[in-house]
Amino acid sequence: MRMTTKELAITATKARLLILEGVHAAKAGHPGGSLSCVDALTTLYFDEMDVDPAAPRKAERDRFVLSKGHCAPALYAVLALRGFFPTEDMKLLRSIKAHYSGHPDMAHVPGVDMSTGSLGQGISAAVGMALAAKTTKAGWRTYAILGDGEIEEGQVWEAFMAAAKWKLDNLCAFIDVNGLQIDGATANVMPSEPLDKKMEAFNWNVLTVDGHDYEAIRAALKTVRETKGKPTVILMKTTKGKGVSYMENQAGWHGKAPNDEQYEQAVKELNARLAELEG
Amino acid sequence: MAEKKATRAAYGEALAELGAKYPQLVVLDADLSAATMTGAFAKAFPERFFDCGIAEANMTGIAAGMATAGLKPFTNTFAIFAAGRAYEQVRNSIAYPGMNVTVVGSHGGPSVGEDGATHQMMEDLALMRAVPGMTVVNPCDAYEMRQAVEALILHEGPAYLRMCRYASETVTDAIPGYQFALGKGVVLREGGDLSIVATGITVQMALAAAEALAAEGISARVIDIHTVKPLDEELILRAAEETGAVLTVEEASVIGGLGGAVAEFLGEHRPVPVLRHGVPDAFGRSGTAAQVLDYFGLNPAGIAEKARRLLKLK
Repeated sequence: MRMTTKELAITATKARLLILEGVHAAKAGHPGGSLSCVDALTTLYFDEMDVDPAAPRKAERDRFVLSKGHCAPALYAVLALRGFFPTEDMKLLRSIKAHYSGHPDMAHVPGVDMSTGSLGQGISAAVGMALAAKTTKAGWRTYAILGDGEIEEGQVWEAFMAAAKWKLDNLCAFIDVNGLQIDGATANVMPSEPLDKKMEAFNWNVLTVDGHDYEAIRAALKTVRETKGKPTVILMKTTKGKGVSYMENQAGWHGKAPNDEQYEQAVKELNARLAELEG
Repeated sequence: MAEKKATRAAYGEALAELGAKYPQLVVLDADLSAATMTGAFAKAFPERFFDCGIAEANMTGIAAGMATAGLKPFTNTFAIFAAGRAYEQVRNSIAYPGMNVTVVGSHGGPSVGEDGATHQMMEDLALMRAVPGMTVVNPCDAYEMRQAVEALILHEGPAYLRMCRYASETVTDAIPGYQFALGKGVVLREGGDLSIVATGITVQMALAAAEALAAEGISARVIDIHTVKPLDEELILRAAEETGAVLTVEEASVIGGLGGAVAEFLGEHRPVPVLRHGVPDAFGRSGTAAQVLDYFGLNPAGIAEKARRLLKLK
């Protein structure tokens, strides 16, 4: 363990502030899903993964693929806090002045292991990474986060089959089950439940956690490391827009930036949470 | 007489031969290893062969992931799936991040024959050429293919390698000391009245057409363009300047492939009459390979006929 639960909570709250700062500055972006997956991302980068901001491309590092690439603000925020680039750069989200594109760009942003954004493609690359590690007998591990809307893409299930075929126990995929996508509830747009049974049927090790409970995520990741012969999926139940009262469970905040007033309120709420944690 | 062999057969042999020399080479297939000829590699290097099943989109993404870890993946399936079904995976997961992956599309063009229109990929050269940073290679014979495979293993970056089912005679082995180089076309026959710029298995047809034209007193230069992108602009420019007319030939759509590349380039740099010979704006149909090729005029007579028309435009 590299961080206490309280430290993780503080870091994730700072990441939430950066997400809002970036999306507000860009006047565009995807706050809802970024806020739902940022606790898992924080736990991965600060407590679990072996990465080195001073050597972002070193061969022997753990890999992460944000398959739901539109949640780039969350990835950039966590990478910045982890030291891959300055947190001030969040103001350059989606700006022509830099390369913090609307979707992660591995060619230009330090710490990004795979360019993603077209849904369904990231998980295949993650399978390829895990397979490469097996092929070269390397010890590093691969993690990915998918959206529960994203898994409507058929390619995702091709990747799930392949990961089980090659017994990729060095691969761990999170599915961010926030229940909402652009057009509304996933249960209405395209029902995917029962996800646990589907993933079991695809021969994956299945864990279910509260995606905002750092202890639960940490415990699940420990189980992942101990699981042999199967890839693991962590189904994390989350709240879209988590941490900003007016965004929570609102599909409308999938891909919309807050105006100045809304931004101020979000900052106020998150700063209050930060003060409470740090107090 | 040179040997007659499909480029895909030479490809399969080359992979298996080169596997020992290049430990970073990994080969992925989508349940077509008997047809794409990756079986020999699979037998020789089972730990570096990955059958991804009938799931081309995923195979393409897996290759991208493997490339990030320093391996050199070659993905294999029919051209229709490699460049068509998985187009967007090639674009976004391989080309955009600049992955060191070679996407191999076998069974390109109408010479697929009996399987018909759904499996005859006409527009792969156009699609792959339009993707930023892609190298697009289409060797004409077995000898050239062997060298192309090694060149692509050593190439850093995304590439598309087209090959076809149809067995064609080897012609490049007749060139003394022939050295394949990506992006460098090959003059196979000198001529001054027009240039026939061909790619893939239409190169041999172009040579036969040039022979027929010679009997009529027409001197046709024949150029093998095995690399459709980047185009050997210097060679094409010289051909336009020295012969004053250019006929492109490809076993692919006339829209956007070699014909498109040459017409675009010459239109901007040296406007001379250009005719594009290939598959018109149409789908294919079933028949033997020879019958379907004949149907589209992809034979020496069809090429010679276009050449005569071209000369009238000079």
